[in-house]
Amino acid sequence: MIIPPPPPPTDKAVGVETYGMTMRFGGFTALDDVSIKVPAGSFHALLGENGAGKSTLVKCMMGFYHPTSGQIMVDGREVNIASPKDASALGLGMVYQHFTLVPSLTGAENLVISRQHVPGIIDWGAEKKALATFMERMPFKLPLDAPVATMAAGEKQKLEIIKQLYLGRHFLVLDEPTSVLTPGEAQEVLGLVRAMTRSGDLTVLMISHKFHEVTAFADDFTVLRKGKQTGAGKVSENDRKAMAAMMIGDQPIATLDSRSPVQSDAKPILVVKSLKAPDRTGLKSIDIDGLAVKSGEIVGIAGISGNGQKEFLEVLAGQRQRDRGEVVVKDLPYNATRTEARTLNVRFIPEEPLRNACAPRMTVAENMAFRTFDLDAKGKPVAWISSGAIRSFAARLVEQFKVKTASLASPIAALSGGNVQRAVLARELTGEVDLLIVSNPCFGLDFSAVAEIRARIMKARNSGAAVLLMSEDLDELLELSDRILVMSDGALVYETPIATASVQTIGEHMAGHH
Amino acid sequence: MESTDIGLWGVPLAILGGAIRVSTPFIFVSLGETITERSGRINLGLEGILVFGAMTAYAVAVMTGSPWLGVLAASATGAAFGLFHGWICKFPKVNDIAIGIALMLFGSGLAFFFGKPFIQPSAPDLPAIPLGGWSNIPQVQAALNINVLFIIGAALAVFLWWAFKNTRAGLIVRVVGDSSDAARAMGLNPDTVRLLSTGVGGALAAIGGAYLSLYYPGSWSEGVSSGQGLMAVALVIFARWNPLGCFAAALLFGGAGALGPALQSVGVTQGYYLFYAAPYILTLVIMIMTSSPGRSLAGAPGELSITK
Repeated sequence: MIIPPPPPPTDKAVGVETYGMTMRFGGFTALDDVSIKVPAGSFHALLGENGAGKSTLVKCMMGFYHPTSGQIMVDGREVNIASPKDASALGLGMVYQHFTLVPSLTGAENLVISRQHVPGIIDWGAEKKALATFMERMPFKLPLDAPVATMAAGEKQKLEIIKQLYLGRHFLVLDEPTSVLTPGEAQEVLGLVRAMTRSGDLTVLMISHKFHEVTAFADDFTVLRKGKQTGAGKVSENDRKAMAAMMIGDQPIATLDSRSPVQSDAKPILVVKSLKAPDRTGLKSIDIDGLAVKSGEIVGIAGISGNGQKEFLEVLAGQRQRDRGEVVVKDLPYNATRTEARTLNVRFIPEEPLRNACAPRMTVAENMAFRTFDLDAKGKPVAWISSGAIRSFAARLVEQFKVKTASLASPIAALSGGNVQRAVLARELTGEVDLLIVSNPCFGLDFSAVAEIRARIMKARNSGAAVLLMSEDLDELLELSDRILVMSDGALVYETPIATASVQTIGEHMAGHH
Repeated sequence: MESTDIGLWGVPLAILGGAIRVSTPFIFVSLGETITERSGRINLGLEGILVFGAMTAYAVAVMTGSPWLGVLAASATGAAFGLFHGWICKFPKVNDIAIGIALMLFGSGLAFFFGKPFIQPSAPDLPAIPLGGWSNIPQVQAALNINVLFIIGAALAVFLWWAFKNTRAGLIVRVVGDSSDAARAMGLNPDTVRLLSTGVGGALAAIGGAYLSLYYPGSWSEGVSSGQGLMAVALVIFARWNPLGCFAAALLFGGAGALGPALQSVGVTQGYYLFYAAPYILTLVIMIMTSSPGRSLAGAPGELSITK
């Protein structure tokens, strides 16, 4: 039997309140008496550092966790949300930071299969018609017949939101919705979502780190710190400084060294000439015509993920073969061997360092000694490796870079993301550094860790290292770089000195308009 | 029926006939493996399931006199083996490839053990449909003497191709195979879906085995399979997890398998045995062609352990 598609949802926005939400995991209080109020049709921002309890709060609202105490009110009525199913029945939905779409399915297939009741045999004629009528009422236009894998990040994000609306949800939690979007896409998506809240179709609770998004789009905000509510109010009545103070409290934040000017006669350290290499699909290639990074400057490479940055980095790291072209470091050809890296002082901080720069099950001390374990104090190879020297070396670095670890002998995989990043940073920034290649160094780290890592990179620059910085976070690039290049479709398509950099123009080039 | 001399035309004709005859087990095993792999698991144990299916089908056919009951029994045992694989793989930190290899050896060994008494007796064959009646040339008639299972296999390939797009079950298998997280977010249990997919895959592989013992070569012995179950796994990758591609690739493999006998039949006496190795060489060549250190496989289900 063929069941007709459900009628398109016509309900109005849903308002949600929590009262005295407390969540304890054993002796640890993740959420302590938090009461927030998100009226129907409003756009509410939830601010806080990593581990502040934002996701715990949201997971309690979505029925993933059962709060130790506290109540949830939906449209003024107290409700019991025991499972995600209950939440969706009440019209509550969540858009995750990482996409939950199925890459090989088309947009239409993704929408239909996510429905509660799907007929055994899908009548695509009728479904497509119903989808077209539904899409007419949506502010987004999307190609629903293309596999999700071929969509741009912005389109995927829109599809995620559309999926929630298609499923009849009128209260959406957006978890850092713009972390993978270009500035232009972010503006568009948030703008359209805001328009939907204005027309009363939708209520939004957005988790975000980006103050400029909060001030531009949100009506109200709530700040959490260490599980406690440390502030709330109208966005229009608070400035960024006040919100930041509520987020981080009175802990000191590392500040960037002031930027010493780039010497005009600084020597180029890294030179890349007409590089060509296949990308991971093997269907396209990356072409870098020319790139030079001088001593004492940070060159930032912007781009949406999947435009060849990863492959470029892999070529520089020796993880990917190149078809042709040259990589020259300090006038010598560089093939990323251990000896070359050592003599030319090339250091490397790849993204996801636990996967790309660590042996996860080896100890913290061993991992920190990867660059130096087989050398003696004079830099000569040793026949016997001294575990005592490795330990004392690591102990010094752990102290210096404030790596939080239970012991030097624990496996590095047991450390939190920020501490793995710090450990790798310690290894790579110790000793002489002439060339530093960094990719997304602050992804997923909290406020103070981010500030500290950026400060360290700036310090390396000021002491004469050439830094190549790839990042998906445009704010980070704007903060650190001396020059910004944009990578799109495997090529460097745009270059600007930081003084004249405009987010607008960079965003357009990132999106492929050049 | 007297044989007509058609010279070298005999070779392509024999290859065509051979392709149809030899490909049937490939079709069933590869379609089964497609379902399993689309759900995100690899079952390398299909070779063992195939051999056990061949034995079961033969034994049941000998005892009941009905080849179709044999096929039915084979598919039931295949499903049981598949479910066993799926059930073990449900446990954390179990590697599906290692379990598959264990199952392959287990299935073959068990089949040899239970199959001893059935090497001598002869079982009724599965029926074939003579589609070559329009021609007077016996070679054509022989080539177009098509077994019912081949036709069922072809229909099944088309059905699966359609079902992966147009049925709830098909979409669910694809969702689970591509992203466990997305599946869980939809309230699906990936383990259950994979369990069932591996069960269906096993049942189909065992039908492939039944074809071996009940039609071509048509007897039960320990050497009944020459690695079809393993080659079918390579074939699925070659076919990019597409059921129609599996059908075409199975024909290609079947044709390659028929090359040696065909050359022998037209009187090539030297070196024809090299051509017996054609399917294996083809497997190797395909594996080399479709692999590359620098790129990932296009079209592979995202949850497959070889692509992760």
